[in-house]
Amino acid sequence: MSEALLRADKASIVFGGLKAVSDFNLYINRGELVGLIGPNGAGKTTAFNLITGVYQPTSGDIMFDGRSIAGKKPYEITQAGIARTFQNIRLFSELSVLDNVKIAYHSHVKYGLMETFARVGRYFKEEKEIEDEAMRLLKIFKLEDKADEQAKNLPYGAQRRLEIARALAAKPKLLLLDEPAAGMNPQETKELMEMISWIRKEFGLTVLLIEHDMSLVMGICERIYVLEYGIIIAKGTPAEIQQDPEVIRAYLGGEA
Amino acid sequence: MDFTHQFVQQLINGVSLGSIYALIALGYTMIYGIIKLINFAHGDIYMVGAYIGFFAVTRAEMSIVPALLVSMVVTGLLGMLVERLAYKPLRHAPRISILITAIGVSFFLEYASMYFVTPTPRTFPNVIDNIAYNIGPFVVNGQQMMIMGITLILMVILTYIVQKTKLGKAMRAASFDVETAQLMGINADRVISYTFCIGSALAAAAGVLVGVYYNSIDPLMGIMPGLKAFVAAVLGGIGILPGAVTGGIILGVIEAMVSGFLSSTFRDAAAFGILILVLLFKPSGLLGKNRREKV
Amino acid sequence: MNLLRKNDLIMLAFGIVLFAVLQGLISTKIIGSFWELNLIIIGINVIMSVSLNLINGYTGQFSLGHAGFMAVGAYVGVVLTTFFKLPFIVALAAGALAAGFLGFLIGLPTLRLRGDYLAIATLGLGEIIRIVIMNIDYVGGAAGFQGITHYTNFAWVFIIMLITLFVIKNFINSSHGRACIAIRENEIAAEAMGINTTKYKVMAFTMGAAFAGIAGGLFAHNFYIISPSSFTFLSSFNYLIMVVMGGMGSITGSIAGAFVVTFISAALANWPEFRMIIYALVLILLMFYRPQGLFGYMEITNMGIFRRILKRGRE
Repeated sequence: MSEALLRADKASIVFGGLKAVSDFNLYINRGELVGLIGPNGAGKTTAFNLITGVYQPTSGDIMFDGRSIAGKKPYEITQAGIARTFQNIRLFSELSVLDNVKIAYHSHVKYGLMETFARVGRYFKEEKEIEDEAMRLLKIFKLEDKADEQAKNLPYGAQRRLEIARALAAKPKLLLLDEPAAGMNPQETKELMEMISWIRKEFGLTVLLIEHDMSLVMGICERIYVLEYGIIIAKGTPAEIQQDPEVIRAYLGGEA
Repeated sequence: MDFTHQFVQQLINGVSLGSIYALIALGYTMIYGIIKLINFAHGDIYMVGAYIGFFAVTRAEMSIVPALLVSMVVTGLLGMLVERLAYKPLRHAPRISILITAIGVSFFLEYASMYFVTPTPRTFPNVIDNIAYNIGPFVVNGQQMMIMGITLILMVILTYIVQKTKLGKAMRAASFDVETAQLMGINADRVISYTFCIGSALAAAAGVLVGVYYNSIDPLMGIMPGLKAFVAAVLGGIGILPGAVTGGIILGVIEAMVSGFLSSTFRDAAAFGILILVLLFKPSGLLGKNRREKV
Repeated sequence: MNLLRKNDLIMLAFGIVLFAVLQGLISTKIIGSFWELNLIIIGINVIMSVSLNLINGYTGQFSLGHAGFMAVGAYVGVVLTTFFKLPFIVALAAGALAAGFLGFLIGLPTLRLRGDYLAIATLGLGEIIRIVIMNIDYVGGAAGFQGITHYTNFAWVFIIMLITLFVIKNFINSSHGRACIAIRENEIAAEAMGINTTKYKVMAFTMGAAFAGIAGGLFAHNFYIISPSSFTFLSSFNYLIMVVMGGMGSITGSIAGAFVVTFISAALANWPEFRMIIYALVLILLMFYRPQGLFGYMEITNMGIFRRILKRGRE
């Protein structure tokens, strides 16, 4: 069996004596689409922040593509091949839709400062490539007509799509989506889920998806982890998860 | 012996200078605590306070305590007015806009005062007899006693207001979280207005005391003490009242020591040096707790 | 032909024509020495405000110590030309390097701070630079540095200003510049997009400081004596006003801001109190009614008129 793309090994984080996430074990194989679900406040976003380097694990390790990424800075982890979206949308809101995507190509740009100042060498060629690729991504996400609009003026659903487009521009191997369907209506959600399945195949991506609403992820995820109070209480295929008494208790008993 | 003697003497000078910083720093820290604004104009409020005290003594021929009270009341109202006209309309604007407005207000107070009272420094009359008290081998003069005494009294009153009155409770709630405080039925606008009033009155007291201490006031006198009082507030932990006092006294003592043992030209550099060290190593200040942004 | 290159050539041609006209008016004494001096000051202020805009406007880091870096460039420059008899251009370059290096040293630890904390820290550092210079007898201390050779003229200032504008414009319109702008917009998202935020903040700060150093060199060699009192935080505020008035995030705005502020100062030179009261009111009213400044994030090259002239567009 090949090595998993991402493997969290007993990753834990403590905030002021409180264990926000403890003994977080998770693996994702290349090409998989995995869901991470759990009730509100279960620590899902904290787990994401651990993987992406926003928080440093207090103990345990996280391996990505055969190397440890625990303790690395967020930008180093993105450069290593993990891109993410945010639960509370974090676009570059004053900038154009196109610029939002162009910024994410940053770590793939080869021209140096001197070529920038004097505008010689690779500058024009690479800038053109970036613009073309960014427009191609916008087309996929049906945003090409809005390329020159300010990101903050987009409707909510379009902002969520733009965040995914922007994350893809960083050319990740692993894409982390933090509640991508939050605030969307059922029709939009359905379209989004289809789009996620499609881009996964098109870009050869591995995807880890956080969702608060369990029913959403059942349709597209191959495996699911369930988090409650910072601890993984269940894992398995959607069918197994639906039958799991712990999960039913967490969702029904926990919130009732 | 000689070193110890000078050390203690500088300590006395430092504490009285530090009391002034503490009074100004309290206003900074209260205002920052509630609306997260570095009120660059606060030093100029202190200057206006000094001038009002000066005119109360020279023109209205008041004695020092009534002059001090008049200055505190008038300057407190001025503080409320500044807040109402310049900062309130920007309550929901980006913080940088309010900061720039504060710089504008600062310029306005400085140069409008310069226009009205001329740039020439004024000599503050001797309002109390300049008696030097000998405590053992050390000398404390009457002005220093008065500065420390009045500062102490004002701090007791402030502590009473903040801890015991309804207004004080509202202020503490608002500095914790303005929006939640509003949900609890606190009129945030009024609380902010009174905070400016109290902060400005304390700065006015500092201004009058400095006039008495150094005998000289001018329209730009507020710039440096204003900045240093901010340093004091940061040093103690911004938003924390005892922190402002602690920071003010420590800063005053350090400055007195640097002037006494090194050179007075490095005095200002020392204050800013401390600021930078604090910001780098303990940005929450001596009495503060660390916080981080939620992702 | 590439649109960007075409744009550059047009701006360059415009710059050369403007220079030729102004230089011609100066040579024929149609522009007298008072306004010639003001043209020089405007040029220097443009360099200062555009470089400050790189830090404050584009990267979103609030610096209030720009005059300190100007002082470093000025003093390094005059020491090299006066004591070491080095050529002017070498002195300017050395001043830029020294200021840039100091900017790097200062930026590395302080740029961790945010917003108003950074503002007050840079203000403090600018003052420390000035106080240190004041205490170095070698450069004249508080009394100032005397006996400077008058090298600066309109041509020097204009050409260096043009180079500054091109370098900063090219930087802003590159992936490096976009990294800086991303930091201003949302630092956490920028970091999540693979941008080393510390590196780019320090880079913008270092570049800004280096250009302030060049401006300092030009400023110093325009007089026979310079003193530390020319570089207080009040002058930093002055450059800030230019940036804010023009628009934080617009090079066109910084040029306009430098022009307007210098012009007002010159026109009201005999009424200094009024000048400052007007500054203050302009600043406050600007924040009330147009906080984004005259130009906001707009550049003249992106505006409708300019585009129509060029008949350009994306399609």
